[in-house]
Order: sequence, then C-alpha cells, then structure tokens
Amino acid sequence: MSMIKIVLAAVITNNYVLAKFLGICPFLGVSKKLDNAMGMSIAVIIVMVLATAVTWPIQMLLLVPKGIGYMQTLVFILVIAALVQMIEIILKKYIPSLHKALGIYLPLITTNCAVLGVCVLNIDEGYTFVESLLNSFGSGVGFMLAMFLFAGVRSRIETNDYPESFKGVASTLVAAAILSLSFMGFSGMIDAIFG
Amino acid sequence: MSAFVTPVLLTVVVGLIAAVLLAVAAKFMAVPVDETAVKIRECLPGANCGACGFAGCDDYAAALAKDPTIKTNLCVPGADGVAAMVAGVLGQEALDVIEMIANVQCSGVCDATKPEMDYQGLKTCSAVKSFFGGPGTCKYGCIGFGDCTRACLYDAISVCNGVAKVDRSICAGCGACAKVCPQGIINLVPDVMRVHVECSSKDKGKKVMDACKAGCIGCKKCENTCKFDAIHVENNIAVIDYAKCKNCGMCAKECPRHIITVFPKPNVKPIVHVDEK
Repeated sequence: MSMIKIVLAAVITNNYVLAKFLGICPFLGVSKKLDNAMGMSIAVIIVMVLATAVTWPIQMLLLVPKGIGYMQTLVFILVIAALVQMIEIILKKYIPSLHKALGIYLPLITTNCAVLGVCVLNIDEGYTFVESLLNSFGSGVGFMLAMFLFAGVRSRIETNDYPESFKGVASTLVAAAILSLSFMGFSGMIDAIFG
Repeated sequence: MSAFVTPVLLTVVVGLIAAVLLAVAAKFMAVPVDETAVKIRECLPGANCGACGFAGCDDYAAALAKDPTIKTNLCVPGADGVAAMVAGVLGQEALDVIEMIANVQCSGVCDATKPEMDYQGLKTCSAVKSFFGGPGTCKYGCIGFGDCTRACLYDAISVCNGVAKVDRSICAGCGACAKVCPQGIINLVPDVMRVHVECSSKDKGKKVMDACKAGCIGCKKCENTCKFDAIHVENNIAVIDYAKCKNCGMCAKECPRHIITVFPKPNVKPIVHVDEK
C-alpha cells in the first residue's frame, strides 16, 4: 500500500515540475511539440531511475559511513554526469534507434535539477532502496504528465489569436502558472485517500 | 586533517573511477565514424533544406559515403561548386547540377485584384486558407501573408504589393517555400528557363476577368504564337512545356493579360554556407 502511495504522491501531489518547481527549464524549453516532449520525458524517466540506483548506494554505503554526507551534492553531480555519458555510449553502440530518438535530450538531462533533486530528496525522505526507485519512477512519470499536458496546452495556444503583448514567453509562463495552480488542488488528496 | 583529506580523496577517487570507466567504454564501444561522410558534410551548405531528398545535410553525406550509386549532384542550393567538391572527396567525376529556382505563379498584386472579405485573424497563409480558401476574390492566387518568407533560409523571397516575389539572384532553389505554400503556387523551375506563366487560376475566362486584372483567361493567343509547340492551355491556364521552350519570349509579347514574364539571364551564384551567416 505504501508503495502505491509513494508512486501516486510523486506523480500527482508532489509533481516535480508543477508542485516542487524542479526541472522548469526543459518544461518550458522542450514542450513546444508533443513528440519532443515525449522524447525528453522518456529520457528523464530512464535517467532518474538509474541515477537513484547508483546514488542511493553511494550515499548509504560510502558517504554516511565515512561521515561525509554533506558531500552528496558534489559527488551526486559527478556520478550522474558520468552515468548519463555512460548510458549514451552504451545506447549508441547497442540500441542506435533509441539513441537517435532520445537525441539531444539525454546529454541535456546531465545537469537537470529534477534528476539531482530526486536523488537528494530520496535520501532526505529516508526512503529505502526500493522505495527510492519507486519514487524516482513516479517522479519521472509525473514529469512526463506535466510535459504532456503543457505541450497540449501550448499547441492549442499557438493556433489562437491573442493580444500581441502576450505572444511568446508571456503566454507560456501564464499557461504554466495556471497549470501549476490546478495541480496545487491535488495537495492533501493522497493523504486523504491513504489515511 | 582527516576531515579535509577524506572528502577530497573520496571525490577524486569517485571521479577517477568514473573517468576510467568512461574511457574504457568509449574505447571498446566506439561506433566508427565514417570519415568520408564528415568530409562530404563539410562541403555541403548546411541548410538542411531537404532538396536532395534526404532528411538533411548529415543524412545526405552519410548516404553518399555509404552508397556509391547515389548521385553527387543532388544538392540544388550548393549548385555546381558543391557537386564538384563532393565528387572530389569521393574521387568521382563531377556531375552538372540542374540549378532550380523558386517561381511564384501569381501576378495578382493589390492593384489587380481585391480581397473578398475583411480578414482579421491570425496573419499566416495557412490559417487564412482554412477560411473559405482565403480572403482574395481569386481562390488560386497568392495570399500574401508570407509563410514562404518565414520558411526561406536565404531571405530570398518577400511579399511585394500583396504577392510573394523571389529574388532570383539569391534563391538557392531548395524548395522550402514551395513546401509551406498552402496555395501550392510556388514551383521549382530550372534556372535556365526564363519564361514563365505567372498565374495559377483554373477558373474559366469570365470568372477570372471578374476576379483579377492579371489572370490567365485561357485565350490561347500564346498557344497560337509559339513556334515550338511549347505552350498549351490546359484546364483554363497556359502551361509551358520546359522541354520544348526556347526562351524566345514571343508568347509574353502576345499575352493580352501581360502575365507571361520573361526573366533576365541567370547569374552565377556564390555558394552560401548557412552556418557561416
């Protein structure tokens, strides 16, 4: 039960983009077209889960026993950057079609705050290894949900005629704010369901 | 002291391990990059226009490097210069490129035709086309909101007096404008052909008369004038057979609507590298 709760909470109430404001840059940058948004989201899900699978053991087996837990930010950035690079090399060799589909999005994620955020927050929340993986997966799916909704909204905005002063970034930010506002409505929902 | 040494050491070690792993992976899982493809790619203009029929310059270069049967003269924007360079890299004989140029088949400037409605929506051709086929009285002609201007990679097409106009000295013949034009009135024609019928209306003469002062009424004067059997009226519009046309321009002189245009001789164009702009 608590497993389902973690995933649902990560997707809806604690949505990384719309409730925690992490990973805003791809959210605004890559959400212009639905297929681009999908490529980015899939890459984020993969990297989030793998990054957690690597950083959680490092924190618990290496940093904490040595008493240098405060080094997590630096070490995590290092490890995630190397990991993403490694994934890219492996994909290029063995699954070139997937590598082509993910394209530029994979290296873009290297410095994404949502990925680093999920690794750090897993540890702050005191999750076990399995719970951490679930939370990361849920967060990735939440990111995908936000990207999809927003890409849909943006493609609708683009075909409409609206005042000149709202064109471009202004309308995008207003739409993002309203979307975030609607997600705030979910707060407390998960706790109410699962007690 | 150890409070300082441990974290530094640990970070260095983690970094080193990651570096070694990556270096090993890069060595053993390297995908060989085709050097010929890289060299060919450097010759190509980099506009990624798709005139060659491939997804972009990278794709065309890769295909050329892999398959020797693919012709080296497919890059229309690059013209003979690029074709010669590409052929040089591959060690083949240079092939001549048939330079193409965009031609807007409409003469319906603001003085010649009138809008039928007062359109106030989104100012793009594709948007207005969805409202009863456009705002103009003539449903075949140029809409004039400049979708082609925005699509052009070379700033070679602009809207003058309500009709798109191609700057023939700049146009690279990539066809990006032709792809976005909702009216389908921009065509790629061989650069050496200089006589063109600048009207696309398939309506009957009377209707064209009412709609536009510069529209083809299908009078067949050009057809009767032509000594080479190169121009014919089909579907109420004069069409030039470029295989037979000798650029004499007799039809243009006879046309009572003055819509057959004779363009000046083409100049030799410099190769424009888009990424260098």
